[in-house]
Amino acid sequence: MAQTLVEKILSEKVGRPVRAGEFVVVPVDLVLMHDGTGCLAVRQLEALGRAAPRYPDRTVLVLDHGLPSPRKELSNDHVFLREFARRSGSRLHDCGHGVCHQVMVEEYVGPGQIVVGADSHTCTAGALAAFATGMGSTDVAVAMGWGETWLRVPETIRVDAEGEFREAVSAKDLALWLVGQLGTDGANYQALEFGGTAVTALDMAGRLTLCNMSVEVGAKTGVVAADDLTRAYLASLGREEAWRRLEPDAGAGYARRITVDVSGLDPLVALPHRVDNVVPVGEVAGTPVQQVFVGSCTNGRLEDLRTVASFVRGKRVASGVRLLVIPSSRRVYRQALAAGLLADLVEAGAIICPPGCGPCSGVHLGVLGDGEACLSSSNRNFQGRMGNPAGQVYLASPATCAASALRGVITDPREVLV
Amino acid sequence: MIWEGWAHKFGDNISTDHIAPGRYFHLRSQLSELAKHVLEDADPGFAARVKPGDFVVAGRNFGLGSSREHAAAIMRLAGVGAVVAQSVARIFFRNAINVGLPVAVCDTSPICSGDLLRLDLERGVLEDVTRGLVIPVAPLPPVMLAILRDGGLVAHLLRRGRLSAVGPT
Repeated sequence: MAQTLVEKILSEKVGRPVRAGEFVVVPVDLVLMHDGTGCLAVRQLEALGRAAPRYPDRTVLVLDHGLPSPRKELSNDHVFLREFARRSGSRLHDCGHGVCHQVMVEEYVGPGQIVVGADSHTCTAGALAAFATGMGSTDVAVAMGWGETWLRVPETIRVDAEGEFREAVSAKDLALWLVGQLGTDGANYQALEFGGTAVTALDMAGRLTLCNMSVEVGAKTGVVAADDLTRAYLASLGREEAWRRLEPDAGAGYARRITVDVSGLDPLVALPHRVDNVVPVGEVAGTPVQQVFVGSCTNGRLEDLRTVASFVRGKRVASGVRLLVIPSSRRVYRQALAAGLLADLVEAGAIICPPGCGPCSGVHLGVLGDGEACLSSSNRNFQGRMGNPAGQVYLASPATCAASALRGVITDPREVLV
Repeated sequence: MIWEGWAHKFGDNISTDHIAPGRYFHLRSQLSELAKHVLEDADPGFAARVKPGDFVVAGRNFGLGSSREHAAAIMRLAGVGAVVAQSVARIFFRNAINVGLPVAVCDTSPICSGDLLRLDLERGVLEDVTRGLVIPVAPLPPVMLAILRDGGLVAHLLRRGRLSAVGPT
């Protein structure tokens, strides 16, 4: 029976062929929480009568939303979570280690696994051909306590991306294009399976960006087949043993097929206050911005920092603009440091912040003032997202962000090409 | 499984950032405090106005965005009796059922704020008593009905001992 990638992964774990539409209970390989959702999950675990996670070494806790903590309430949440990790033997990644999803792909996830996380962008890990999905704290507490979860096997929307990205156009633009096409509920309850020559040619950073943004069309998860590039990526992290080839069957049944020629894509921008409010950058070029943020689980990788550095090297960020650059993990930070990228960024006037979510969800490190606009490489621009309902968040690629930081207004990166 | 309450009408795409804004992140371990700000960025007066048992009535894609269960939890804490919407985002749907907050998907276009509503999940209908309308409601999957019937996921598991994909047989 021909299966989609998601059907294949879930069938293996359930121990029999399962099809889209079925309700199943599945074993969970990895459980993820962070400092915004972990306290409730731990308290619910206690309410469930479980003293400890069933598999502590597969329970991952990352402090990434507020670090170093901006307020005593959060600090106390951190204290609580550290104590839980200490007594339970769970894997704690304390402040500065990185954004939870980046830590997960660097250190834990492998093809064929089922990953449940108390964060909607858990789907990022699907780029490693895992079934990775976000849930609430109580669902995650159950996954912690029992090592399993229930779910409905999703239908899959197949996205075939062909052609080659033009200069200054990237995976983020493809992701934004898709959100603009499908809408914020266009893939509700479904999975996105990315393939085609453009995806095969994409580096892992690009694949992670695509899978990360899957939730923005309402999808349960986004996945990419595990191929030789996946193997090389895992090998670069010293985790080659986690690799195996994993791809959908020819003739698998998809709910919908979307084909896109990426060579026809322009740099895109999602306007406030919806992620599917997507336009070509030309339509908003000239819009003043006071803050530009490059980072987050969407676009905080070495490749993204390298892109920004290539634009700003030897130049200066526009007066009146705060360019925040946040490496998404300590590993990325180290690599960027060794490659001289941070020096380039600092010389240009960028503000480097510790590896974590930064201003993305409005907690700290770049909350907007009334009437301020931020162009961000992150994933959401809902009203109030960056800490102020009177602020405006625009979403774009790192290249578009970099070009805009130089000019002080939203700028087509192709006008500033080096 | 019958709930009755007064409608508060919202539009499309009410996100978890509307329901539980990020600037109150530090209140996540004080849900009763966070509940004072429920839906603040969609309607600043809602938290003060909502009475126990009231319904939140919405358009498409209610609850889109984050997986924060706190959004559903504070709606329940603030007194919301049920959510009925044109469509509901996946994670929010699961979270609402898990905290014992009933969610129903149906055509909400004819409903106005102030209408008296009666949701009967067993019959699969939402009655707008004020307008004399009977609106069919999409059936919940058995596993979700079972969780809701037990009052939420914690109660469900304490009662049943383990998960079932199809609810108790």
